Amino acid sequence: MPDQKALFEFNEIRVEVDDKQIVPGVSLKILPGEIHAIMGPNGSGKSSLSNALMGHPDYAITWGEAFLDGRSILSMSADERSRAGLYLAFQYPLAIPGVTVANFMRAALQAHRGKGADMSDFRKLFKAAMKALSIDPSFATRYLNEGFSGGEKKRVEILQMAVLNPKMAMLDETDSGLDIDALKIVSEGINRFHNDSNGLLLVTHYQRLLNYVKPHHVHVMIHGRIVKTGGPELALKLEELGYDWVEAEYVEGTGV
Amino acid sequence: MSDEIRRRNEDLSSLDKDYATRYGFQDPVNYFHKGARGINHEVVEMISRMKKEPAWMTERRHEALDIFSSRPMPKWGNTEMLSKIDFDNIYYFMKPIEHQQTSWDDVPEYIKKTFDRLGIPEAERKFLGGVSAQYESEVVYHSMREDLKKQGIIFLDMDSGLREHPDLVRKYFGTVIPTTDNKFAALNTAVWSGGSFIYVPPGIDVKVPLQAYFRINAENMGQFERTLIIADKGSRVHYIEGCTAPVYSTDSLHTAVVEVIALEDSYMRYTTIQNWSRNIFNLVTKRASAYDNATVEWVDGNLGSRLTMKYPCIQLMGPGAKGEILSVAFAGKDQHQDAGAKVIHAAPNTSSRIRSKSVSKDNGRASYRGLAKVHKNAVNTKLSVECDALLIGEEARSDTYPTMEVDNDQVKVEHEARVSKVAEEQLFYLTSRGLTEDDARLLIVNGFMEPFTKELPLEYAVELNRLIELEMEGSIG
Repeated sequence: MPDQKALFEFNEIRVEVDDKQIVPGVSLKILPGEIHAIMGPNGSGKSSLSNALMGHPDYAITWGEAFLDGRSILSMSADERSRAGLYLAFQYPLAIPGVTVANFMRAALQAHRGKGADMSDFRKLFKAAMKALSIDPSFATRYLNEGFSGGEKKRVEILQMAVLNPKMAMLDETDSGLDIDALKIVSEGINRFHNDSNGLLLVTHYQRLLNYVKPHHVHVMIHGRIVKTGGPELALKLEELGYDWVEAEYVEGTGV
Repeated sequence: MSDEIRRRNEDLSSLDKDYATRYGFQDPVNYFHKGARGINHEVVEMISRMKKEPAWMTERRHEALDIFSSRPMPKWGNTEMLSKIDFDNIYYFMKPIEHQQTSWDDVPEYIKKTFDRLGIPEAERKFLGGVSAQYESEVVYHSMREDLKKQGIIFLDMDSGLREHPDLVRKYFGTVIPTTDNKFAALNTAVWSGGSFIYVPPGIDVKVPLQAYFRINAENMGQFERTLIIADKGSRVHYIEGCTAPVYSTDSLHTAVVEVIALEDSYMRYTTIQNWSRNIFNLVTKRASAYDNATVEWVDGNLGSRLTMKYPCIQLMGPGAKGEILSVAFAGKDQHQDAGAKVIHAAPNTSSRIRSKSVSKDNGRASYRGLAKVHKNAVNTKLSVECDALLIGEEARSDTYPTMEVDNDQVKVEHEARVSKVAEEQLFYLTSRGLTEDDARLLIVNGFMEPFTKELPLEYAVELNRLIELEMEGSIG
């Protein structure tokens, strides 16, 4: 049964890729207004977890349950999850040739609002969101992610989040590939999006982003499990000491 | 796709979704003249006599019939489908009304209704300089803006062209595509009827597009329009044509010949959107000659039909001539789009660019068949060929048959061919933003077509997007 107070909750999620278990069981509960961070070394399964929760067909969830706003989402397709209010900002967003950012954005928002719903406010909304993220207006007519730099792609992921305004956003390594100025702009965008009723799950290797977007809870994921949970200070400790000590602690604790 | 197009698409979204209801309707017609099935010298004689043609044309037709009869069917392309054409079961000439009309009010109600449903002449009022509507063998309605007439621009149906400008027609008819060129060009020459005749005087810039619309209504009908366009020195013109036919259980034949002559320093663009029902054999010969510093552009969209074989060609005859061929083909279930392009560089400092895009879906098959030839004297030439195929589903098929014959070494050649599938990853990216899988796939296909769509006048771009949407409906991954 879902926790009535939780915005986003998943229990004992197991993820398989090509019949190989990548995540052996992860649980997390995010309340409205909370920012959580999952940190972990490369290959810890954190990207697989977020992709699986979004409904990527290559990441099979073989066990567990997940609820968004009290609704079970695992039987939903990716588009249904999106329309239910879940969002994933990708680590490596793909290019869609011939489809402009503006048309894509309009189609996505239309899908969220329902076919035939009024879209007369779109242009204004879209322009304002671009401006807030210091995205040059010319990007509106560029093809989605085609020829974009890494940083531009990340900004456009945050732009999409701002326009679609999901209840729950998972951000996968959004800070990678950003220089310091871009990092600030993107962080400001994330903070502007965040409010008392939505939730954020930051998936990241480094704590860099967390200097700008302050998490309430930090979780460390290793070998597909959350092995340690703490406050923002945990992220700082990881930054200083790396992941080895957590891994050592974990191995000791489990007697492996 | 611009916002404007998007908006127009939304406006159009209330239209019937199914080809059969939108274009597939059939009119019950009492034809003014409906000949017998099959082809022979009597049929040819009758056509020529009814049109009161000069003797040279009658003779040309008879010669052409002999050439058609003596030539074997092509041994390349989709020979299996070609062998299904039953030439004896086709009506070669049908005349729906006695006289062509220049006032829309005088067009018979049933034909008017047809073209109203197809958006003609609404489009004429909006953005065209002239329009011609052909129903079966003959042009039933024709009009042109007065100001264009005053500039000396000639835009007529081909029959009237021959009647009113016999010398011009005689000078150019069959010069770009001789009767002996291929079996189907010979057939067209024997029984041609209708089509467009355009002459743009030296230095005249026709600022609005001229349009023709071709409609086949009867079952087992053969439509053989003949189009001849002459852009005189330094002139500019854009001609557009659209085609549809209803859905019948047995096949009809569309065999057109299009000749374009672009004289020195002229510019000619020819845009086609063909959207045939799936029982049409569409076998068309289109060729242009571009003289010194002239530019010719074929913009060619092929949807529907059972089999399309069409390879728009540009012969770069004079120094500095340029040619561009941009084509798209959409091959749905049981269809074969064998389309391509040909460029012949026959003079120095010429350049050409071919861009071909195809989408195959279900068991549809799209082939690119192309020829790029550079003659020995054609030094300092540039040519580029880019083929891009998108496959939807496991059974879809695409093939490429590019031929290059380069006879000198002062040529810059670029060639690229790509085949891609609608990638799962792309679909996931779009669906993760709330689009259904069908909408996501359509967006990817529309994006793929974008380089073509953006070359079209607005109305055509809107229409093409609608047609692609129809084709995509109910498609499976």
